[in-house]
Formats: sequence, structure tokens, C-alpha cells
Amino acid sequence: MSTSAPQHTNVGLTVGELHKSFAGVPVLKGIDLTVAPGELFVLMGPSGSGKSVLLRHLIGLEKPDLGEVKINGRSIDDEALRDECRMAMVFQSGALLNSLTVGQNVGLYLSEHRLLPAEEIEQVVAEKLEIVGLKGQEDRPVSELSGGMRKRVAIARALVMEPHLILYDEPTSELDPLSALTIAEEIVELNRRTGATSVVVTHDRDLGLGIADRIGILFDGELLQVGKPEEIRNSNHPLIKKFLGVDFRLTNTNR
Amino acid sequence: MFNTIGEIILLFTEFLRALPRAWRERQKVYEQLYEIGNASLLMACILSIFIGGVIALQTGPVLVERGLSNAIGGLVGLSMCKELAPVMMSVLIAGRIGSAMTAEIGSMRVYQEIDALRTMNINPVTYLVLPRLIAISIALPTLVVFSVLVGWMGGGLVSVYNHSISITFEAYFNNLSEMVDLKDVLNGLIKSFCFAVIIGLVACQQGFETIGGPRGIGRSVTKSVVNAIVSILILDYFLTRLLLFMDNKP
Repeated sequence: MSTSAPQHTNVGLTVGELHKSFAGVPVLKGIDLTVAPGELFVLMGPSGSGKSVLLRHLIGLEKPDLGEVKINGRSIDDEALRDECRMAMVFQSGALLNSLTVGQNVGLYLSEHRLLPAEEIEQVVAEKLEIVGLKGQEDRPVSELSGGMRKRVAIARALVMEPHLILYDEPTSELDPLSALTIAEEIVELNRRTGATSVVVTHDRDLGLGIADRIGILFDGELLQVGKPEEIRNSNHPLIKKFLGVDFRLTNTNR
Repeated sequence: MFNTIGEIILLFTEFLRALPRAWRERQKVYEQLYEIGNASLLMACILSIFIGGVIALQTGPVLVERGLSNAIGGLVGLSMCKELAPVMMSVLIAGRIGSAMTAEIGSMRVYQEIDALRTMNINPVTYLVLPRLIAISIALPTLVVFSVLVGWMGGGLVSVYNHSISITFEAYFNNLSEMVDLKDVLNGLIKSFCFAVIIGLVACQQGFETIGGPRGIGRSVTKSVVNAIVSILILDYFLTRLLLFMDNKP
């Protein structure tokens, strides 16, 4: 397996009539969505709109009540697809294995699937950690890391897989603006360099409008609009205008 | 309850499917064995010496009164290897190791670490359940052998040094070796192996079922320990009947 050569992958996502409820409460109400190969697609919407649930469906962590998710026309449940098409997800919390060190976390995919000898895994891990600005941190326990560092380790772990499809769940939440910018640049750079189809879930307007090829706006389990950042910015939909137009000048205070 | 039993059976079939990968996972098995031994050996030693001692203390004076002082060794020996060591060590391991397994897997579930494994196409059963179940199935019978030996020593000490018993070490161990067969020790080992599988499966299943943050982890740990102990005691009766039936077969 090559771990540094650019890939020219061709992974397209199709979501058809996706419905999901939890304890009788509908969370996704008939989502139809297409993400083109190599595209950087951003799903935006307020908290609780179903973005993360949709993302979990895209990688097969949730089973839909109705509808389907397909990758290149094949169902996400197809076991053989998992071997042919590498998919990675960067979780909101990082979801790093707390019992392992940073290096072990980053190299987990390679070591568990026995893809490379131990010395080469170490090299790849060092290389990926350098990309995310964590050079020399291999031996640190993940419990010692800050929120931003955990996210970067999670990205490095995803990079190691050289994924054809990479999903990011709120990659800049809990980060200061400078760290958020670094992560945003990393997402775009990775997308351009590897050609991996990328889906980013966020409620961060600046991130979404700044990095996306296309944006989907999700409100209360329904996709209100899909379009290029300019189209979304100029949308006339009242909910989208309200969501994008929020500012923090408080009107009802004594200050 | 039937739901839980069903899930345990499903987990066991997944474990059996993952079993051919056991050699590849041997490093994790060693790590688990080390943890189990480290966490339970001292406790097992203390528990066993006192269990052996208390059997001798309870039965010794009564037997001496009836002129059966020579039977103390056999009584302690058989009780330890056929019943008390397997059951008590299993209860100890359910509380000490089973709870830790549930807490670890439960916390991995709550904090999405298991989801992360799935996204990397790493089977959580192979990664988490396989090494734990193999390790506990090796460790518990080993611990039972250790417990039996220490328990016999405890019984011997009380039989020799307690004034109302006061028999010699020689008399105690002669009677013990007369009464206890290798078959009796094997009975205990078969039981403890079955209990180990039950503890491991219950602990892992409860871990995978954990939802709802730290409180959910606490709930799962409690359920895991209670379910494992109840299962051990119920299974003990049926295993004892089966083993007695096998013993009496010509």
C-alpha cells in the first residue's frame, strides 16, 4: 500500500428518501442528496437538525428506517464495498482510543489490518502527525491532549487510511478561530491533494461558506436547499436567511 | 431478559467466528492475562486461605467429636476443588475483572471509540471481545488451581493449629490425597472454564449495550456483575448435576 502518493479516486454518494426516527421522534424526513466524486460537500444547519445522524448513515453506523445510502451505486451495507472503498470519519469528539498513545491511535488502521511492517507504520505515523502539526507527539497518551490536538490526531488517523471518502463531524467545534482555520485549510488541502470525496457537517457558517464546493442546509430533518456557497449566501429562504444572518449584537441588555 | 440472552448468544457466535484470528491477537491476550493476574492474584490468595480455613474450622471440631478427625483433609480437599474454589473465584473475577471489562467497553461505546473502530473496518468483536474472552478462559481455571492449593493449605493450618482440632499435617494431607482424585480437580476446572466464558460474555455484552454517559456506564457495570453472579450460581447447579451424572457413569 502506498501511503503518500496522491490518489485519483472516484467515489460518489447518493442518498435516497432517507428516513430515521428515534423513539418515535422523526430525525430525518426523506433526505435526497447526491455528492459528486471528489467534491467537498458541507452540510450545515442548527444544532439538533439531524446533521450528525445523516453523517452516521453515510458511513453505515446507523441503519435507516426507510431509504438508502449508496456509494457508486452500491449499498453501503455491501461488505465487499468496505474492502474496496476506504472510508474514514473524523468524529466530533475525536473518538480516539484512550488506552492507546497518539502514535498507536494514528497507526491503528495499518497495524490492525497488517498493511505494513511496524517500522514503516512508525514512519507513516510520523509523516501524518507532521502534516497536522503534531510532530514528535507519538508517545503521548491521548488523555493528555487538548480538544484541538485530539481533533488533529483524529484527522491524522483518517489520513493514514488514505480514504476515498472522508466524513468530518463538526471538525472545528470547541476550537479557537486560529486552530479552526488550520483545520479548515487541512480539510481543503486533503480534498485537493487526494481527491477524496469529503462531507463536512458543521454549524459554523464561516467554515461552511469558506471551504465548500457545495452546501446543503438541513433544518429539522429536511434538506431546505443545496447549492454553491454563493447561492446559499443569496438564498431567499427565510430560515436560511435567518440562520446565516445571525449576529451577536445583543438587543435586550442593560450594557 | 430474553433479549439479553439472545444478544449474549449472538455475541458468542460472533466470537466463535472470530476465533481463527486468535493467534494474531495473542499480544492482546497476553496483556489481558497480565491485567487479570495482577488484579486478582493477591485477592484470590487471601480469599482461598480463609475459605479453606473456615471449612476446617466449621467441620473439624464436629468430626473430631465423632472420632472422624481423619476425614477433615478429604472434606476440605473435595469442597475446595469441586465447589468452593470454582464458584468463589468466579464470583471474585466477575466482580473484579468482569466489571472492569464492562466499564472499559461501555466507556468506549459511550465515547464513540467503538464507532471509530467500525469506520476503520476493524471488527470490535475481534479487537475487544476475542482477547478478553480467551484471556479470562485461561486465567480463571489457572486461578482455580492456585486457589485450590492455597485453600488446602489454609484448611491444613487451621486443622493443625486450632485447639479443638489439632491433627498433624501428615494426617490431614494423607486423608486429602486419599479422597481427592485428579477427576475431582478436573470437575472444578471444567466448571470454572464455563463460568469464565459466561463472565466474559455477560461483561462484554453489557459493555456494548451501554448508553447514556457515566451514569449509563455505572448501570451497565452493576448489571454485568449481578447477571454474571446469578448466571454462575444457576449454571453451577446444572453443571454439578451433569458432572455427577458423568462421574457415576460406568
